[in-house]
Amino acid sequence: MHSVAPPSRSSLLMAPALAWLAALMVVPCALVLALAFFRRGIYGGIDYTFTLENFGLVFDPLYAGIFLGSARIAGTATLIAVVIGYAAAYAIAAAPRRLQPIFLFFAVLPFWSNYLIRTYAWIVLLNREGLITQLLRWFGYTGEPPSMLYTEGAVIAGLVYNYLPFVILACYAPLSRLNPELAEASRDLGASAVTTFRRVILPLTVPGIAAGAVFVFVLSIGNFVTPALLGGGRFQMIGNLVYDQFLTANDWPFGAALAMALIAIMLLVLMAQALAADRASGRAAEAKGNADG
Amino acid sequence: MSEPRTLLAIDNVSKNFGRVTAVDGISLDIRENEFFALLGPSGCGKTTLLRMLAGFETPNDGRILLDGRDIARTPPNKRPVNLMFQSYALFPHMSVRANVSYGLEMERLPASEIRSRVDAILATTELVPFADRKPEQLSGGQKQRVALARALVKRPRLLLLDEPLGALDKKLRGAMQLELKRLQHEVGITFVIVTHDQEESLVMADRMAVLKDGKLLQCDTPHAVYEHPADRFVADFIGVMNFVAGKAAADGVLAANGERISGKVPATLTHGAAAVASVRPERVRLFPSDETANRTSGTVEALAYQGLDLQLHVRTALSPKPFLVRVTADAADRRPVSLGDQVELGWDAADVRIFAE
Repeated sequence: MHSVAPPSRSSLLMAPALAWLAALMVVPCALVLALAFFRRGIYGGIDYTFTLENFGLVFDPLYAGIFLGSARIAGTATLIAVVIGYAAAYAIAAAPRRLQPIFLFFAVLPFWSNYLIRTYAWIVLLNREGLITQLLRWFGYTGEPPSMLYTEGAVIAGLVYNYLPFVILACYAPLSRLNPELAEASRDLGASAVTTFRRVILPLTVPGIAAGAVFVFVLSIGNFVTPALLGGGRFQMIGNLVYDQFLTANDWPFGAALAMALIAIMLLVLMAQALAADRASGRAAEAKGNADG
Repeated sequence: MSEPRTLLAIDNVSKNFGRVTAVDGISLDIRENEFFALLGPSGCGKTTLLRMLAGFETPNDGRILLDGRDIARTPPNKRPVNLMFQSYALFPHMSVRANVSYGLEMERLPASEIRSRVDAILATTELVPFADRKPEQLSGGQKQRVALARALVKRPRLLLLDEPLGALDKKLRGAMQLELKRLQHEVGITFVIVTHDQEESLVMADRMAVLKDGKLLQCDTPHAVYEHPADRFVADFIGVMNFVAGKAAADGVLAANGERISGKVPATLTHGAAAVASVRPERVRLFPSDETANRTSGTVEALAYQGLDLQLHVRTALSPKPFLVRVTADAADRRPVSLGDQVELGWDAADVRIFAE
């Protein structure tokens, strides 16, 4: 294949994007990182003397516990989203070809409305006298209204709902590319439908699951809107903690250290996934090279 | 010799998809240890029939008896039948060895038996050096052999092959045709092959079935199908044939130009009905020395030298299409012909087949 333009000119095309990234990503991140190494001023300002205290405080059991709790909530949301999303993607990929784009459109449809509004809708749903309670009453339930809002379950439900389309799209791609004769070959060789799924379909679609899962996890663990609205502030996640340090406690250096720790976790997860994907495609490329040679 | 045993009996099987009838009341018997070909143009129902034998489709009507037991509704993983897919359908995430072992693992055989049976079939199919490779590291011919080994290692009662040579180039295909026959003989398993290539089924099959529009037209040995086609379609589909259209007469066909083609008229054809007389190109003689029942003359329009023989297109008054004549290179050397020559053609009444038009 011929390259579109000589290297010098094509790198010129990247300049605006690089400038954008530098101005709005790298510089602010560097500023936040720098903040984390200073002391908190007495009246909420910043005392410009170097310290590592803020990072030490991140590992304080109180805050480490919030990290772990956030990871647990994000992990649970990821697990549920993957199970539901994979099943939905499987069903879409198995539908007649001409219907698949329509189903995908409906799966992604919620994205066209605002995240906040969608999350508020869940409040209407889960309220003490919300839609679910009314539905229960309609079926003849007379007891105390179930408390669903402001629980960990509500936060997880909100996260799953918001990030599910990512998982559906990520899993649909490998599922729709799968040669249906592979499953038939497995059945023909004596495997049950369950074994066929476990040994043929699932291993061949793991890259999609991994991509979707990382997406949900990374977006969930840093989320602060959903825990604030559906958790009612009772379930603090790291995102809320960072928010509070900057806007309520006025401890910018500690907030910065927490934010850096969060970014570090996200980067680790992303890197692990990239490394695994790279290894898989590297194996494929190596295999191709051998076949050609 | 004792009567060959019937292994698989297809009994009045029909399959329709909505309003489309893919297979329409087909009955045929496949015998133990034979190499059987299902032949027909695309859309004739041969693949649907094969998929019903494998268990991926259920017939709407009829029975499929394997060793006398109806398997029409048995799921694919519960019947002693294996299919070699046209796309090969090798598991891309497994090595050659893992692909071949898969079917035996499903039978929950002891590991030692799996290993020895896989080793044996890899040796038979000459795949030992590639055992640890992934399918994407293999050539087309090697993939085909893995697909074959994966099915054969299960020792099925019946091996189904869907266009097994379709993805290979012409030269490799010729070699694989003989290779498949040799393997079939060696493993002693009944093969049913689906193909649209009439030459392939003539070369490989012990018996063949010709299908069209979901119906069985003829089921016989390649020789019988070639020499005594059941109808005009089969005569045209198998090999090359010259046709002369006309009307049925007492002892032949009266061509449109008034010439008579002598031959045996089938009893079903009434006097005066539209009919075609046909003769194979290799049965037509150039400048016949003795008296032949049928004679005509024409101009050589094209010549094709094919090594062993020479093919001529001769323009005659008998039919709108040129007459195809195949003579051996020897005969062509004795009496050379060139383009534009006026030639005499002759053939025997016994070589003429007459069909309803």
